[in-house]
Amino acid sequence: MLAAESAKELLDAGPWILRNAWLLYTIPFVSFWIILFFGKRMGSKAAWVGIASVLTTFVLACWSGLSWISVYHHRESAPVIRELWTLYKSAGVTIDFGTHVDGLTVMMLFVVTLISSLVHIYSTEYMKDDRRFTYYYAALSMFTASMLLLVTASSTLVLLIGWELVGLCSFMLIGHWWEEQANSNAALKAFFTTRTGDIGLLVGVIITPFIVLAATGRFSFGIDALNASALSGRPSHLLLLVCASCLMVAIIGKSGQFPLHTWLPDAMAGPTPVSALIHAATMVVAGVYLGARVYGVFWEGFSINAGGVNFMALIGGITIIIGAALAFVQKDIKKVLAYSTISQLGFMVMALGVGAWLGAIFHLFTHAFFKANLFLGAGSISHSGSHHSFDMKKDMGGLRKYMPVTFATFIIGTLALTGFPLLAGFWSKDEIITAAGQGGFSYFMIVGLVGAVMTAVYMGRCVYLTFFGEYRGHGHPHESNRTITIPLIILSVFSVFVGLINAAPLGIEKFKEWIEPESEAFLAFPVREITHVHFSYTNAAIAIGVAFLGYFIAWAWYWKKWGPHGITERNKFAHAGYVFLENKYYLDDLYTGVIVGGIKGPIAKASNWINQNIIDAVPNGIGKGAVVFGNFSYDVIDRDVIDGTVNGLAAGADGSGGLLRKLQTGRVQWYALSLFFAVGLISLAVALYG
Amino acid sequence: MNWFDNWALTLAVFVPLVGFAAVLVWPKADETGAKVVALLTSVVTFAIGIAIMFEFNYSSSALQFTVNKSWIPVINSRFHLGVDGIALPMLILSMFITILVIVYSWNHFPEPHNPKAFLALILLLEVGMNGTFVAQDLILFFIFFEIVLLPMFFMIGVWGGPNRKYASLKFFLFTLFGSALMLIGFLALYFQFGTFDIVELAAKHGVGLSHTAELLIFGGLALGFAIKVPMFPFHTWLPDAHTEAPTAGSVILAAILLKLGTFGFIRIALPILPNAAKAYAPWIALLAVIGIIYGALCCLAQKDMKRLIAFSSVSHMGFVMLGIATLTVIGINAAIFGMVAHGLITGMLFFLAGSIAERYETRDMSRLGGVLKQAPHLGWILGFCAMASLGLPGLAGFWGEFPSILSAYQPLAGISEATFRTFMVVAAVGTVLAAGYLLWMFQRVAFGEPKDEFANAHIHDVHGPEWIAWVPILALIVAFGVFPSLLFNISNPAVCTSTAGIAKATSAPANDVPKCKEVPVVAEAPTR
Repeated sequence: MLAAESAKELLDAGPWILRNAWLLYTIPFVSFWIILFFGKRMGSKAAWVGIASVLTTFVLACWSGLSWISVYHHRESAPVIRELWTLYKSAGVTIDFGTHVDGLTVMMLFVVTLISSLVHIYSTEYMKDDRRFTYYYAALSMFTASMLLLVTASSTLVLLIGWELVGLCSFMLIGHWWEEQANSNAALKAFFTTRTGDIGLLVGVIITPFIVLAATGRFSFGIDALNASALSGRPSHLLLLVCASCLMVAIIGKSGQFPLHTWLPDAMAGPTPVSALIHAATMVVAGVYLGARVYGVFWEGFSINAGGVNFMALIGGITIIIGAALAFVQKDIKKVLAYSTISQLGFMVMALGVGAWLGAIFHLFTHAFFKANLFLGAGSISHSGSHHSFDMKKDMGGLRKYMPVTFATFIIGTLALTGFPLLAGFWSKDEIITAAGQGGFSYFMIVGLVGAVMTAVYMGRCVYLTFFGEYRGHGHPHESNRTITIPLIILSVFSVFVGLINAAPLGIEKFKEWIEPESEAFLAFPVREITHVHFSYTNAAIAIGVAFLGYFIAWAWYWKKWGPHGITERNKFAHAGYVFLENKYYLDDLYTGVIVGGIKGPIAKASNWINQNIIDAVPNGIGKGAVVFGNFSYDVIDRDVIDGTVNGLAAGADGSGGLLRKLQTGRVQWYALSLFFAVGLISLAVALYG
Repeated sequence: MNWFDNWALTLAVFVPLVGFAAVLVWPKADETGAKVVALLTSVVTFAIGIAIMFEFNYSSSALQFTVNKSWIPVINSRFHLGVDGIALPMLILSMFITILVIVYSWNHFPEPHNPKAFLALILLLEVGMNGTFVAQDLILFFIFFEIVLLPMFFMIGVWGGPNRKYASLKFFLFTLFGSALMLIGFLALYFQFGTFDIVELAAKHGVGLSHTAELLIFGGLALGFAIKVPMFPFHTWLPDAHTEAPTAGSVILAAILLKLGTFGFIRIALPILPNAAKAYAPWIALLAVIGIIYGALCCLAQKDMKRLIAFSSVSHMGFVMLGIATLTVIGINAAIFGMVAHGLITGMLFFLAGSIAERYETRDMSRLGGVLKQAPHLGWILGFCAMASLGLPGLAGFWGEFPSILSAYQPLAGISEATFRTFMVVAAVGTVLAAGYLLWMFQRVAFGEPKDEFANAHIHDVHGPEWIAWVPILALIVAFGVFPSLLFNISNPAVCTSTAGIAKATSAPANDVPKCKEVPVVAEAPTR
């Protein structure tokens, strides 16, 4: 009886692995230190430390997922929260460091560890003989640890810690080949741009405990408390609006949303497996994860249930279109994929903005697999097909004959991304578009549909340029070896089947069942009607139609060469549009040239000039005045009365260095010694006998 | 341990003085002997510090290890020493940095060499620094505060760079000017209250002074401390002093001397004159955030690496002052954390700048480059410190910055929230500029290929004494970053009690007076 009770208590507290989620990030973190200190000696074996650690973490993530499903399958799914240690405690303010595990977390754990494992393995071949091989693996371990810390964070503050650490790892890995200025520039740009968004995160996170304070009278950064407080109706709407807007700025920075998306394409300067892991599947979705994690704040702050246009949906919608448009004018295959990622992240953010919580998270989930698949495919092409080039126009073409496995997996990834029926992207994108429509956000539904057409067309262009036509490169294209192709195959299997986990018409809604929070915070949600879309065959038919329209356009334009080719050279307006796109809407010129250049150049120089010539003029003027006055007094008033110190100081300021000359003769040194020694002795004597 | 309780602080302050004397009389020919004596002195002093840490009661907010003896009866000035959670971290930091500076200097004393005099000055500095942190009498405080001045003046003036005369004199005169006003403030307090005792004065909270008098006295004290911090616009001595100072001098200057100013605010200005502090708070905070942004902008314009780090101090100390100006528990705790973190991180950056300048014989960033390639350990440590300095969470710098910005959201009751929330956002913008200047510095110095003039130079990577001096600092930066409560728990009881006193004295509503676990300890009646 007693044993049963304690077992029940244990069950209430949560299964062991969910209570000890800290293990997940500790393991790769330890691996980071091991590789850092002993990597040089281990040589290429260092990779295996990283692989072993991340595979262990993957097993633990699966265990966490199964524990979550088995224990919380048929009951209220309260998150398992555990505070590990206290960061700060004083006068009613306690800041803890802990873990928070629920359906959303275990889903992220699974995605991060799986893709990280595959990238670790893939990189043993891709990064073979790299000049900083062990350093690369150390950074990968560090990234995995930081990302897991981010997704298991118990409070917004811990989330901020993980958020900044993944930013650091992203910086280190983008700048992996830092000998070249372009790469270190890209790394710095990524760091600065996301850090600009982090102003919002910093302020937003600072506001979160005050939301909880307003609702409960308790000061806490806790995420669970935050959602409950935000939905309680007690904090003022203004407070929630400000907090949501600030956090939205952070999302814009981290998740590559317009207008701060410009760092993401440049981030492709890093090694390709890094792009797959960090800049497609995991880190860049941290913003979306944040949005989903503290959704209560956005829900209330942006009044999402009121329908209409809000900041979040608007930014997401704009990003879908501007990202997709830029993907059309890229020569670099990785940049096509990068702009595609921006566009897909736009889908996720828009989904959050229109109340489609589940759709956003589901798309995050499926996107991770097919986009990692595509990036690793691009890596395989550059590794074995195009002689380390990513230029589709110059060095690719016709590769389907030489690289059949890469071709097949790339096609599967493309179909999944473009929403081919029954593949992963179809289910998640359909969920978002339907939710927008059913939630009364008709404009955003149209944006989503347009975005879907564009996706199909630019991916068609990308596939055509890479795999069809004649080979234009100068290498000897061949298929990559199994270390590279097996991860591709695994990811394409996921890209095909993973969407079926939430295929409503087939009667499967496992994703919703497992992932959607049903804690007290979210039970209060008045969102049900919006977040839970009713599967509609009409909508599905429209989505399928849209995808096929995109395929048709791509086929007609690129394969069959129908339509007005060359219009951008002939027509003034088309040409202007093309140039506008090629220059990335001139945002880079605005940021790098005008804003950064302005701050770094004229503004900084002006500050320094003011410092040297205005603020410093005061003491310098006083100093010079003192010299003049000193000389005047000395010469005119009374040679004997003026104190030697003033004289010395004046002489020193004059630059003649009288005081220092005395120092070198030892006299001043002797004075100083006697003076302070005397003071010291007297003090000591007084202390002893006083 | 009763004996130790009575003697610990006296020893902590005067053992370095004995070492100073010993080094001075040591035969000039025996350089190694002088070095050993200096090192031993600093190690013994640090051991006393460690013993104090072991004996310290961390749950108490009261002064501990107090000594209170009659000293100059005529003006009722007493030899009163004591340490609490506010002073302890600074005291230990001062002892710790002194050892590391001596170790670092071991084999490379700057021109004109003369290790004997150099080490003697470092020990004399330590007397002043340790004394300032434990003094509980204004005259005693003033003397220690001033003792620091001369050795630093000579250190810059003798061992400094080409423009050392100007820099050393500027440093000296600036600080002396501030001290004069500070001394006037001290005297005014004495004439009003008849005592120089900080504990007694703090217990009175300035009751009985007219508002104008209070504002004037606080102004004098604040100016003296603000010059030392240094706050905008009194900061111009700092970049010059740092640019010219030898590495060891720069490290001590950044790590400890600047903290004498912020410490003065927390220990003396705020508790003794709380109403004036409240009246001045928005202005102090304004200068603090101007310093944050302005210091960062000046950093961006620098070509000299050391000058850049010097300006970054102006920016970072702005965060510390912002925390202090909120007059809240979390703000002042953040300030103390920020003081320690800045001491470790910026001290470390000055070590690195010194080592790089020694190897390349230039600090001009346009000539440097590719340090990661020629001296990878040196390069990565620089990267680590740049990250720590820009406030990366998980490293110490973050816990000075973040709570300070947090505290600005809600300052002490009665101070304009709107003003401080504006400052909060401006300070948050400062963190981006910090990332800017630090990473551009790192890019220019460490990334890329070495410039042609150094392409074939043989550059040593980090060597023995450097490792010994640096590893403890790096370890502490990580330790405090992961477990910030290590430091917060030390400072908090004293900060809480002190802040509760300020809140009550400024007649804040009962709800807004921080509830500390402990009842404030009434000052012990001095034995006359």
